[in-house]
Amino acid sequence: MLQAVNEPRVGAAEVVRESHLAAFRFMLRARLLDDKFAALYRTGKIHGGVFLGRGQEALSAALGVSLKKTDVFAPLIRDAAGRLAFGEPILDAVRNYLGSALGPMRGRDGNVHRGRPRDGYLPMISHLGAMISVVNGVLFARRFKNISGMVGAACLGDGATSTGAFHEALNQAAVEKLPLVVVVADNQYAYSTPTDRQFACESLADKGVGYGVASHTVDATDLTACLKIVGGAVAQARAGNGPQLVVAKLLRLCGHGEHDDANYIIPELKNSALGRDCLKVAEEFLLRNKFTDAAQLAVWRSETIREIEEAVAQVQREPAPDPYAENWSAISSEHLNETHLENGH
Amino acid sequence: MATEITYIDAIREAQAHALRDDPRVFIYGQDVAAFGGAFKATKNLAKEFPGRVFDSPISEDAMVGFAVGAAIEGLRPIIEMQFADFSTVGFNQIVNQAATLFWRTGVPCPITVRLPFGGTSGGGPFHSQSLETIYAHYPGLIVLTPATVEDAYSMLLEAVAIDDPVIFCEHKFLYRHLKAEKLPTEALPVGKARIARVGRDLTIVAYSAMVQDALEAANELLTEGWEVEVVDLRSVKPLDTDTVMASVARTGKLLCVGESWPWGGVTAEVIARVASEGYGLLDAPPQRLNAKDTPVPYHPNLWAAHRPTVRAVAAAARKILRS
Ligand SMILES: Cc1ncc(C[n+]2csc(CCOP(=O)(O)OP(=O)(O)O)c2C)c(N)n1
Ligand SMILES: [Mg+2]
Repeated sequence: MLQAVNEPRVGAAEVVRESHLAAFRFMLRARLLDDKFAALYRTGKIHGGVFLGRGQEALSAALGVSLKKTDVFAPLIRDAAGRLAFGEPILDAVRNYLGSALGPMRGRDGNVHRGRPRDGYLPMISHLGAMISVVNGVLFARRFKNISGMVGAACLGDGATSTGAFHEALNQAAVEKLPLVVVVADNQYAYSTPTDRQFACESLADKGVGYGVASHTVDATDLTACLKIVGGAVAQARAGNGPQLVVAKLLRLCGHGEHDDANYIIPELKNSALGRDCLKVAEEFLLRNKFTDAAQLAVWRSETIREIEEAVAQVQREPAPDPYAENWSAISSEHLNETHLENGH
Repeated sequence: MATEITYIDAIREAQAHALRDDPRVFIYGQDVAAFGGAFKATKNLAKEFPGRVFDSPISEDAMVGFAVGAAIEGLRPIIEMQFADFSTVGFNQIVNQAATLFWRTGVPCPITVRLPFGGTSGGGPFHSQSLETIYAHYPGLIVLTPATVEDAYSMLLEAVAIDDPVIFCEHKFLYRHLKAEKLPTEALPVGKARIARVGRDLTIVAYSAMVQDALEAANELLTEGWEVEVVDLRSVKPLDTDTVMASVARTGKLLCVGESWPWGGVTAEVIARVASEGYGLLDAPPQRLNAKDTPVPYHPNLWAAHRPTVRAVAAAARKILRS
């Protein structure tokens, strides 16, 4: 049965091959980058947490390759693949994790909290659900400025669908008929909380009905399905058919963060179809269909590892933020800063 | 025939002015479009500026998030909270999204969040709150508290022009209580306090509606021979400590009055600054006067006693003056 889902059914063969290879390479890059962050974490080289996207790469990459550079993207903690596909350089990710002063957040924020708002790449705040309405605002502003044809994507997990912010924002997008795609990675756990303590509906996709939002469900262990369903939802939004909700089924193949051994994940899930590793599934698929060969895969792998190692080596030589040179101003209107707080000591 | 302009007219006019002058401005809030807002602060603006004034769902969190997104794209949203009290539902987006954006990314967040705030009798616990203190506590926000018709107009115009998130606290009691003959053509900039009344015996620092109570108390005290100076802070963040300090240097005595709750807050901040930086200027312990430490009551008898009244301000002033 899984076999059937795995067969390409759409488009000219070459297009299918190209799109799979493009997405796969981002999946691979993300996995190797995540592995490096995990290794750096274990050797104490990273301040704070490390959050991996292991098992979520197919979904995230499929979204990233479906977006154009002029679109809007608000990824979340497990979206290394989507970020890379949307155009984030490996160097930005490494700089942010290592707190480089040259990174996108200049050491003021770290790890997965990174982005470049001016490029439509929104940096998440930690508060789950909070980025969706920001994407709505960007999309609204573009429409206000008569810019059309764009899409905004916001990612979140099963747990985040329980927030008020999620509800408010999805309803808002529906009312405003915005070209929003919300991608929910239903990875069976929110930190340690299983989905039966998170929601009581049959499927999270049911929630779309209540908002008047089109819903889609996808097996996120299957890259082909992700490309089709996520790409289709993005196309629907782009075509002016309003907000789209994609609920993707998978299992988180790591701890919540690298501090967490995730001993609460039940073996039944690990051994189920949901527990498959999307990267392995995709790799087998590419080989079986002769989209590429093992030698090429090995080259991609070693090239990426070299690129990551070089980035880490470079960033480790870069300056850390200097508290004495830091501009301790939280506002851009510097003339409106307080002059009687102990700011400058 | 001189037309009368109220505080709420000034707020409406400032928004009309901003919409007219700056194509990046739009208004988003509950019932603000055809209906013109719960207090009529946006009356006819949807008609005069088609495609610029939008009703929002009852979703304060999403309203503010939406404004932040629009600001990232270069627009200048004005968000109307129907009552300041409900801004707590959008609190997360205000203090964590809007207030951190510039510092985290270098991209400014020019949004204005209008909070109809403060007590009117009959409002009760959830339509009366004064929240300037909690917003002022967060880095990254500007918090304005105009006390006059002129300031309501000029400070709202400036709020929209400021490149940072502004919490604009407009007092519901002042909406129709204050009147002016014309709108100002020039104004003190945001960040400068104003000497609302000159006096040599005591400085009363106040903001928003409490400026009116302080001025009335000063009148009462004048009949007893005391000359009280009243400083209108205008903006609580930034807080113009220099003007306060200069006034205290003249009078040697300080009373700070606020309508919000007593634990911490703007009055405590003013006293702390004067005590630490201007200790030598004081010839009596500085005092402060706030609302009672309970939710805001409904019944007029209770409500009037909950917030500082003119009598309470005058009594507190007398105590310092006689010390
Ligand atoms: C509003 C909010 N509450 C709590 C947290 C702490 N927190 C961070 S991630 C997380 C679990 C998220 O689960 P889910 O949304 O399913 O995403 P996943 O980690 O599974 O990808 C929690 C509780 C938070 N970041 N934001
Ligand atoms: Mg989850």
